[in-house]
Amino acid sequence: MSDHIVKSYDRDLEALGRRIAEMGGVAEKMLAEAMDALSGFDVDLAHRVVSSDPRLDALQREIEENAILTIARRQPLAIDLRECIAAIRISGDIERVGDLAKNIAKRTLKIVSEARVPRAIVGLKSMHEIAAMQLKDALDAYALRDTERARAVWQNDSDLDALEDSVFRDLLTFMMEDPRNISFCTHLLFCSKNLERIGDHTTNISETVVYLVTGEAMPTERPKSRVADFGKDEAAQ
Amino acid sequence: MNAAVQALKEPPTKVSVRSLDFYYGADRSLKNISLPLRANKVTAFIGPSGCGKSTLLRVLNRMYDLYPGQRAEGEVLLDGENILDPAIDLNALRSRVGMIFQKPTPFPMSIYENIAFGIRLYEKLSRADMDARVEGALRGAALWDEVKDKLQTSGLGLSGGQQQRLCIARSVAVQPEVILFDEPCSALDPISTAKVEELIDELTHRYTIAIVTHNMQQAVRISDYTAFMYLGELVEFGETDDVFNKPKEKRTLDYITGRFG
Repeated sequence: MSDHIVKSYDRDLEALGRRIAEMGGVAEKMLAEAMDALSGFDVDLAHRVVSSDPRLDALQREIEENAILTIARRQPLAIDLRECIAAIRISGDIERVGDLAKNIAKRTLKIVSEARVPRAIVGLKSMHEIAAMQLKDALDAYALRDTERARAVWQNDSDLDALEDSVFRDLLTFMMEDPRNISFCTHLLFCSKNLERIGDHTTNISETVVYLVTGEAMPTERPKSRVADFGKDEAAQ
Repeated sequence: MNAAVQALKEPPTKVSVRSLDFYYGADRSLKNISLPLRANKVTAFIGPSGCGKSTLLRVLNRMYDLYPGQRAEGEVLLDGENILDPAIDLNALRSRVGMIFQKPTPFPMSIYENIAFGIRLYEKLSRADMDARVEGALRGAALWDEVKDKLQTSGLGLSGGQQQRLCIARSVAVQPEVILFDEPCSALDPISTAKVEELIDELTHRYTIAIVTHNMQQAVRISDYTAFMYLGELVEFGETDDVFNKPKEKRTLDYITGRFG
């Protein structure tokens, strides 16, 4: 959709889309670097991730402000109004993804001095692969206004949830093997929860894409495949 | 949802336009229009200039009869009675279907007489009854408090927004069933516009309302149903929330989002 009679209106909406893409790029990079820092116990890289977060916050505020200005100036309707609302929502989700990546980086700074069980991080890497792919697909779905891709992201979130369950069991095993692993593995448990939450935010983004394109809300119930739903309430706080 | 349940949910139809064509001489300016005006609801007509929305409004109280060479074909049923029937009493019809125009049109007489004048055409009331009717009409048009101390001064001395509400009071005074608004706020400032919109909202408790407007936001704010017209055709008719959020027709979407042309 483009070609408003008022050309500057098109430019306003396009600028919102470009800023979202920019935010998405920053968040993807933060997530990838946070996981590299975690698996490589790389303190410098972890610090860099933490210091990228203000950039993401600033972009989010800029998008919100521009979306609100566009609403005030143009009084958009239908798809155009949804463009503005979607920009506000998606920028909020991407900002949270950045926060969660930052949290992983902060955990890295804490665990470098702990007892190390590098094999305990393998499961987290698998979670990261799925979460990063989901995030990329959700951002692509937004850029291309592709509802099929968005729905696929929405469906696949249960994979990440299932993997989190298995990571939980693995970490528990390591802790029972040797109590000296407990502190280290507890930090990793929080990291796995952060990755799971990133999956939730990508799901939100994909829901917003479907709403943006169709004007219809997705069903409230997502497909679930997990046996235990541990720690959900705690993470939601 | 089956048809019977759907029908129960919808308010009754006050006016039913069926296969309506309208001609200015040889020029066919309305093409096979069919739509309902639901009782005690506001129906907005939107569309670019020349799409036929004002023409349609003018058919609903046979205003076009005042001009030679204009004719309507099809049916417009008001409570089941076809108002296009040549035998219908036009005065009676126009007392049942009132109209408010773009520019306020007060008569060059006192505020009181502006309202009493119309009532006298249809009814003979005692002085006390007339006073009560005039006050009721002015209250109904949210104008009473502003004019109660100057009822004998000229209606032309009022502000534009007050004049428009005086015209609404004049229309309400003859106790119509349907009120037609043809861009009632296009000559008014935002405060007066807000007052007229608030008034229209209150009027729906008693009347069925149709409004032509070029202001999309106004249509969204005040109407329950919206009809989008283009080049004499009805492109889309539906509940306002649907028409402005998820229009079915691309032409509707292009128009409401400012992509037309």
